[in-house]
Amino acid sequence: MATKTTKSTKVESVVLNNYESVIIFTPVLSEEQLKDAVAKYRKIITENGGELIHEENWGLTKLAYPIQKKTTGFYHIYEYKAPASFVSTFELAFRRDERIMRFLSTVLDKHSIQYNVRKRNGEFNQGKNTTKPQEAKK
Amino acid sequence: MAKPQKKYTGSSVFNTTPDAAQRKKYCRFKKNGIKYIDYKDANFLLKFVNDQGKILPRRLTGTSLKFQRKISQAVKRARHIAVLPFTGDMIK
Repeated sequence: MATKTTKSTKVESVVLNNYESVIIFTPVLSEEQLKDAVAKYRKIITENGGELIHEENWGLTKLAYPIQKKTTGFYHIYEYKAPASFVSTFELAFRRDERIMRFLSTVLDKHSIQYNVRKRNGEFNQGKNTTKPQEAKK
Repeated sequence: MAKPQKKYTGSSVFNTTPDAAQRKKYCRFKKNGIKYIDYKDANFLLKFVNDQGKILPRRLTGTSLKFQRKISQAVKRARHIAVLPFTGDMIK
């Protein structure tokens, strides 16, 4: 009985979870190529029943240690909602792509979603201003 | 009624200054209401690793177990995406 009910709920609606993927592209890409690559993965998200929430590009960033003998990389971060089965297909696409040196996908819980929303609203840019009064309240 | 006061000063080995040894340690996440530790924020995570890039123990930072687990997860993620180094001398 119990198993039946859970099954029926699964069929009714696909549960979308929040995820975040950080991708490091090789620094040898030109600006055009980078744009293409970024657009490609944006497309994959929307075509597979996911919805993009936010994107962030760090530009050419220095790595803490060399990867594939390269000391810099283009960081790109996707925040999106997608069904759980989507992440494996997304990561498979990363593995097949030679332009990608490294990637990391994580699930976002309610605290991290909240954190990202606040970060987007720019609360942490004045973070030094906002956190200091709190510390002063001690 | 109150907890018996601890007489031993085991922590003094690590906190060499007398001031630091006396001050009570506390969990900064509980105190400041921080609920999520961002693995992309290298400057913040640097507070929880030593000069070699090793994760500092709870015993030194005073972090509660709940948040120590989150720190360790965040530091390990940061290492994977080359935001923090795995090893190094004087990384700070």
